[in-house]
Amino acid sequence: MTEILIADNISKTFKLSAKQRKLEHTDTRVRVAVDNLSFTAYKGEIFGLLGPNGAGKTTTLRILATLIKPDSGDVNINGTSVLKDPELARKEIGFLTSELKLEEFFTPNYLFNFFSDLHQVPQDVREERKKYLFEKFGIDKFAEVKVANLSTGMKQKISLAISIVHDPDIIIFDEPTNGLDVLTAKVVTDFILELKEQGKSIIVSSHIFSLIEKICDRVGIIVDGKMMMCDTLEKVMDGKSLEDRFFEIYEEGQGDEK
Amino acid sequence: MKGVLTIFKKELIRFLSDRRLMVGILIPGIVIYIMYSFAGTALSDLAGVDEDYVPTIQVVNLSESIGSIFESTELEIENIESDEIETAKSEITEKNLDLLIVFPENFDESFMAYFTEAEFTAPNIEIYYNSASTESQSAYMTVTALLDAYESQIANVFDINNSENTYDMATETDSIAMVLAMILPLMLMTMLYSGCSAVVPESIAGEKERGTFATMLVTPIKRRDIAIGKLLALAIIAMISAASSTLGTILSLPKMMGEVYDDMNMNIYSVQDYLMLAVVMVSTVLLLVGIVSLISAFAKTTKEAQSYSTPVMMIVMVLGLSGMLESTASQNLTAYLIPLYNSVQCMLGIFSFETFPSGVAVTVATNGVLTILCVFILARMFNSEKVIFSR
Repeated sequence: MTEILIADNISKTFKLSAKQRKLEHTDTRVRVAVDNLSFTAYKGEIFGLLGPNGAGKTTTLRILATLIKPDSGDVNINGTSVLKDPELARKEIGFLTSELKLEEFFTPNYLFNFFSDLHQVPQDVREERKKYLFEKFGIDKFAEVKVANLSTGMKQKISLAISIVHDPDIIIFDEPTNGLDVLTAKVVTDFILELKEQGKSIIVSSHIFSLIEKICDRVGIIVDGKMMMCDTLEKVMDGKSLEDRFFEIYEEGQGDEK
Repeated sequence: MKGVLTIFKKELIRFLSDRRLMVGILIPGIVIYIMYSFAGTALSDLAGVDEDYVPTIQVVNLSESIGSIFESTELEIENIESDEIETAKSEITEKNLDLLIVFPENFDESFMAYFTEAEFTAPNIEIYYNSASTESQSAYMTVTALLDAYESQIANVFDINNSENTYDMATETDSIAMVLAMILPLMLMTMLYSGCSAVVPESIAGEKERGTFATMLVTPIKRRDIAIGKLLALAIIAMISAASSTLGTILSLPKMMGEVYDDMNMNIYSVQDYLMLAVVMVSTVLLLVGIVSLISAFAKTTKEAQSYSTPVMMIVMVLGLSGMLESTASQNLTAYLIPLYNSVQCMLGIFSFETFPSGVAVTVATNGVLTILCVFILARMFNSEKVIFSR
């Protein structure tokens, strides 16, 4: 197994505003979002980050995508440090999250070309990929319709297509099926599996047990910014359902803190 | 460089093909044109009386000498008796009559006493009028002027400038230049700034607010390229907006300024002057876009960016006003190191025919350096998670 992404002891804290401290009845001025987190993802597998809301999944993925910098630690993406060469690291990855939006004024066709240019994809390759991805997700019929006039599901499919215009080897999905109807959610999960078959490495964050159980080869359970367990899905589940195991691990973690 | 071009093209397409945004960019010019034209027409309507209008004038005790003066004009005079004075006054109040002139009895004899008697009391002519009626007001001015002229003619000791000669030695060009140098720097600076604040917050704070900015940030493009691409495109759009406002103002000038405008001729400036002005304006707009970009990157929302940029608007206007107070451009090179003030000084110089080329050069260099500094800070800000993800 080839290591393709290594998160090495990453930590991230955020300052709490006075208003936030008052709301939460706390005097602590910083919140630890990610606490010395380490994990390794291997080439050709789907790695899942499982955790409740606020566990630090999104922060971790933002660090992987170079959008924010860790306070300490580093992430190595296919041999490139996100701290030392973020631009090169960004070339290696595709990042999809509901927080990153597309300008609704433009058409899918224009946006696909625009992001291809930003990724410096040659024109012939771009046209080929556009045809493949637009047909695959049924975007071709809406290629010249402004994104603003499309349904939420279609927007998500366009975001997905655009996040991989440059055919990256590593694809990071933050809560990929959140807010999607069952049909679109299935299209997305099927596509993630298809990417794996193509030999891509995928990192997915979610709080949905069934999704992780269905698609992941290995899983890391995050609670309060800490990695509680990280292993193959089989070993983590230990003959039980992922949901049962998650609560066991969660309670063990809470017990340790007490 | 490819990244700069990609962002530049996207920004231009975004603004130029969006009808709503284009309306927002062009509408100030149209509004200025309509408002100024309307105000100008309304003003001239207010002040002017129809040329063919003959005022209705009633006179009590019309003196012979003045009667002959009135006859030489086109004024129509109706003689009335002194017991009709009160009726005439109320007619004036009701705007049915324009003027009532009451001469003292034996007016001609009583003012002739000026030449013969030592103790002389000037006789008083009473003219009743209604200042709320344009016609009455105009008739009052005409009659007063006639009487004044007659009075000075009787006791003429000396005249001033009483011939057809031209006494004002300023050339026509100089006078026009003085007016333009007073108005244009303020107008151009204000319009350039409004152009910037109309487009920049939407493109930077707006994209941040809508979450589309971060989407660009996960691609390998350099933050510096995003900053340069946006700055250049926004400068062009701000120039279009400023051009629309300026065009609106220029087109409405004939109506706004009336007869004064007929004497004005913008051809008094040479091609070199215009080129110099263009260079100053382009460097100024780049700096202004840079400043508003920094404000917009700092702001969390478009609205916040717009309210933060209002105080800067005040500063720009005050600097523009400084051009009105100073009649000539500064010859001190240090003055041209002060951003924005230097642009006003350059414009002042160009419009008043006292162009100071080294001042223009220092201005362009200063603005250039500061714009590059803005790009540098902007790129740093785009790299900061606090700026991009602040809520």
